[in-house]
Amino acid sequence: MKRLLASVRDRLAYQALSLGVIALLAASALVLAVGVTRDRIAAAEALDLQTSLLQVLPENFADNDLLADALEIGAVEGKKKRIYLARRQGAVTAAIFETAARGYAGDIVVLIAVDPHGMLLGARVLKHTETPGLGDKIELARSPWILSFNGLSLATLAPAKWAVKKDGGVFDQMAGATITPRAVVKAVKDGLDFFAAQRAQILQEGKGS
Amino acid sequence: MNRLASALTDGLWRQNVVFAQMLALCPAMAVTTSGTNGLGMGLATTAVLITSNVLVASIRSLVSPQVRIPIFVVLIASLVTLVDLGLNAWLHDLYKVLGLFIALIVVNCAILGRAEAYASKNTVVAAAVDGLAMGLGFTVALTLIGLIRELLGSATLFAQASLLLGPAFRVIELTVIPDYGGFLLMVLPPGGFLVLGLLLAGKRAIELRAQQSPAVAALPVTA
Repeated sequence: MKRLLASVRDRLAYQALSLGVIALLAASALVLAVGVTRDRIAAAEALDLQTSLLQVLPENFADNDLLADALEIGAVEGKKKRIYLARRQGAVTAAIFETAARGYAGDIVVLIAVDPHGMLLGARVLKHTETPGLGDKIELARSPWILSFNGLSLATLAPAKWAVKKDGGVFDQMAGATITPRAVVKAVKDGLDFFAAQRAQILQEGKGS
Repeated sequence: MNRLASALTDGLWRQNVVFAQMLALCPAMAVTTSGTNGLGMGLATTAVLITSNVLVASIRSLVSPQVRIPIFVVLIASLVTLVDLGLNAWLHDLYKVLGLFIALIVVNCAILGRAEAYASKNTVVAAAVDGLAMGLGFTVALTLIGLIRELLGSATLFAQASLLLGPAFRVIELTVIPDYGGFLLMVLPPGGFLVLGLLLAGKRAIELRAQQSPAVAALPVTA
């Protein structure tokens, strides 16, 4: 048996066949695994999204299913922006959406919640690749810095003040990292600008559904 | 029992993946910004290493030497993808911490290295033991580099270990110097190279000392 295998192993056909069989088995295993895990992964990711949506929202602000209550609006760059609406007894209490700006190393994605009058209810950094130990103080787990945005709006803070202190604004910069907080400030302000521009449409569509 | 001990000394010291074979330096530099990250990467790699060694050893007689490398690569890549999917589906919280590391395991040449150098020539049990020993050695190396960088860079030890190991492990999270300003060089990639270089020099010094006094080491203890 061993000798037979040894002689067959040197044949080109056997080599090609064995490689093919292994690839086929691996591919089938992966297809199977994707099928088994797809629903669970989707559910886990929906839960993640729900958790982060609730994080930017003050308590008791919503009694609706946030994930189901979303609308899409064309943003400036032609990309559609997904907006989740928080409601209490049918009335829109907040719009939650992502906004992004380029940081020190790639885009920083910030999730913000805005009330119908354009006041910021909460902001959280969802994704970033900033320098560990320096730029990552924008995460709530490492520093309460991101909470300094709460309660601000374009009406209460002049556009020129939407900057870090070094640039003449009101937001603290971090020791050793200026580009990162600057980008977060820009992302939040862009988000509020976007809401101000689309406010009528968002609230209109929110009323309709 | 002797073979197990010898495999463990190989993995932890003589043939240590990082400190002796100098393999897998990419993940070793990239994720060791803290002890917790090093530990997480090490444990995930150990799991994949044991499984891939067992798989490779169990089909070793069927594989032609001419096509062994592509077969091993296909096996390892599928294995890592399976682990990735499984963790994401069933241990989602752990996945959020380890997710980044798991994708990096695919490019860990130590796994292909062990498949090629050891598992393809040995029995399934021996390959499993080798995977465990090499994986533990890798884990120790990464955790050590991570701890040193973390201590010098941000003056903490095992920060956020509870995210990886569970809330019970909050006790090992230490802040050595509160209000430490941070030493950025250690957190950035150059710090990894510096720490690795110093550790290698230290290991070499110990080995040289052991060589210079072989007579003393070989003498039976009589006193």
